[in-house]
Amino acid sequence: MIPAKTKPISKETQSKLKKVGEYLETSPRLKDQQGQLMGALHYVQTLFGYLPQEAMEYISEKLSIPTAHIYGMATFYNYFSLQPKAKYQIYLCKGTACYVAGGARIQERLKEELKIGLGETTPDGMFGWNITRCLGCCGLSPVMQVNEDIYVRMVPEKIPAILEKYRRQDKKAAKVKEAGIGAFDHPGK
Amino acid sequence: MTKQITLTIDGQKVTVPAGTTIMQAADNIGLHIPRLCFHQKLSSIGACRVCVVEVAGMKNFAPSCCTAATDGMVVKTNSQAVRKARRDIVELILDNHPRDCQICERNNNCDLQELANTLGIREFTYEGERKRYAVDQSAGITRDPEKCITCGKCVRVCSEIQGVNALSYAYRGFRTTVLPAFNMPIKDSVCINCGQCTLFCPTAAITETDATADVWRNLNDPAKTVIVQIAPAVRVALGEGFGFEPGVDKTYEAVTALRLMGFKVVFDTQFSADLTIMEEGHELIHRLKNNGKLPMITSCSPGWIKFCEHFHPEFLGNLSTCKSPQQMMGALIKTYYARKMKIDPANIYSVSIMPCTAKKFEASRPEMNASGYQDVDAVLTTRELIKMIKQAGIKFNELKGSEFDNPMGESTGAATIFGVSGGVMEAALRTAYEVITGQALPSIDFKAVRGFDGIKEASVDIAGTVIKVAVIYGMANVHKVFTEMEQGKRSYHFIEVMTCPGGCMGGGGQPYLPNQAEALDKAWYEKRAQGLYKIDELKKIRKSHENPQIKQIYQEFLKQPLGEVSHHLLHTHYHYRLPKGIASKVKDTVSI
Repeated sequence: MIPAKTKPISKETQSKLKKVGEYLETSPRLKDQQGQLMGALHYVQTLFGYLPQEAMEYISEKLSIPTAHIYGMATFYNYFSLQPKAKYQIYLCKGTACYVAGGARIQERLKEELKIGLGETTPDGMFGWNITRCLGCCGLSPVMQVNEDIYVRMVPEKIPAILEKYRRQDKKAAKVKEAGIGAFDHPGK
Repeated sequence: MTKQITLTIDGQKVTVPAGTTIMQAADNIGLHIPRLCFHQKLSSIGACRVCVVEVAGMKNFAPSCCTAATDGMVVKTNSQAVRKARRDIVELILDNHPRDCQICERNNNCDLQELANTLGIREFTYEGERKRYAVDQSAGITRDPEKCITCGKCVRVCSEIQGVNALSYAYRGFRTTVLPAFNMPIKDSVCINCGQCTLFCPTAAITETDATADVWRNLNDPAKTVIVQIAPAVRVALGEGFGFEPGVDKTYEAVTALRLMGFKVVFDTQFSADLTIMEEGHELIHRLKNNGKLPMITSCSPGWIKFCEHFHPEFLGNLSTCKSPQQMMGALIKTYYARKMKIDPANIYSVSIMPCTAKKFEASRPEMNASGYQDVDAVLTTRELIKMIKQAGIKFNELKGSEFDNPMGESTGAATIFGVSGGVMEAALRTAYEVITGQALPSIDFKAVRGFDGIKEASVDIAGTVIKVAVIYGMANVHKVFTEMEQGKRSYHFIEVMTCPGGCMGGGGQPYLPNQAEALDKAWYEKRAQGLYKIDELKKIRKSHENPQIKQIYQEFLKQPLGEVSHHLLHTHYHYRLPKGIASKVKDTVSI
């Protein structure tokens, strides 16, 4: 017998990998093409919150793409992370317009509230923050993004409420999960 | 016929087929545009930008290696602006490169150094941040990413010729670097230690792992009996280090030099190559007669063995169980020879000189201690031997030849040609034919398995049975053949696999080619090969089973091929290895 993986894989990871397999089977246009890699990595990033080595090895075998090349792509794009990312990733725009409109003050307040530095994650795994360049809505500057949500005309005073909103949302999601309805079962949708 | 186009380069009109790059068109009229990341056997990626040229009407300078020439194009390769841009580019590369030429492995044999010199760069214009990385070492390969200029030749040769894909670009921008998957140590990766990357690297970012210091230490240790063996392919390339043409036979001068350096006993790996043929030939016959697993595949090329373990473990049962000549010799030195001469094998330090970086890994395998000790203690590449001869102050060009030591110094022509793609096959057929038929061969030369094609096929009629054979080099070709075998498109009885292009002629441990000739020069490798075929032709005995010392060792020690002693000392088994590799698929055979 030839084992395919380098390390024993936990049950949770196994079931997630199964989903990745299903994604690869059903993802429409690029099936069986190398171009499927990008979508697959996106899917894994959303599903796991980062790109675990096991998942990259799994995709490597499924798509017949060498792991060295997958690692190359995974490290090329800022969007992908090799370590678990925070549940709620905050991107603060410091493009010219947002910077001029006071982006730096937002950054200071964010740092104060979260007590973490750039690129770090809060101990509870809830928040992390990063600087980004133009998000494409300079007229509404300064702009901040939390996962998929965009906050415009930001002022430092809005920050505590926004963070609180996500904390509440997360508690609710946890309850739903306890009840057996997986809130994170359908990443990317 | 392809459409012809005409363009003007530096005022000269040149007509070329459509699709030709500007660089190729310039080459046609004798203009050498400076280049760094370009290699004609690899895809062009325009990574280094050194080959930029000025094209009338184009806003930016174009990389000539990957810009197609068009009809009416007007190109300047040497204008003031282009020269300045090119210099700037190289100066920027130099800024992010350690400035330690004097103490560098590739000093005087470095494309970057040569380029900086040719362009007349005499001062460091830029001072900026420099990348910092630790050195990463496996048994065969040493990576020093600080010296890497991210030209990507190693990535391409590893992927496009060897199909291994051990290396890839990672990260981006200033942080771009070449890494194994997951930034794992190269020793844990799918790297097969073939060393082709060392031949392609324009700087010293990838080299063989040095063994010279350890060998010198042991040569100077009075308690040690230092014994050395030298591989066939080394003897026709060694001279290159001392100004000789490739292919000049320097066997006996090498023996003299080794003795002068302090090696007590000098044996010939060709002796154990003959022994390999005895064992492997009989193994083939055994498999043919007893419905054994076919095709049988040769196992003397250690890069290929590791490739098989990572990428095609389903073929491990097809591998000949014979160890490589290096390991057979190693096992015999510490058993047969040690007993004969009453030397404690613990005090023997066994060195081999190989055209190969993968042999370093092979010697370090845990399987390879049949004598109760590590059978081969150190492996030197041809390059390292050249270096050591120079370090010892030996005037190689003035040496007189001397003979190998007995009882493992005599060899046949069949063993000599082990060093070239097709040679092991030819040697095995010479012996198998005569053992099976009991008759002398009508013609000793099997020309069909010679030459530099990546995949060669032949059929040999042995006593009414047609034996189908294949000879392959390059792992991308191996993957292609295996895939087609699984699809039922190919079938063979016996396959010879060599890891490197052209077999050991293009071995990863062979001397670097002069700067402008570049790696993988077919004409150069052919000269080396002709050197070996000439030695074969001039040998009195050209079939392994007729070697008198082989007869003697069977009589005194081994008793019979595939016998119990052989089984213990000369045969082994290999096992699948993780991580699992994904080989490149190539459409056409990769030939040099």
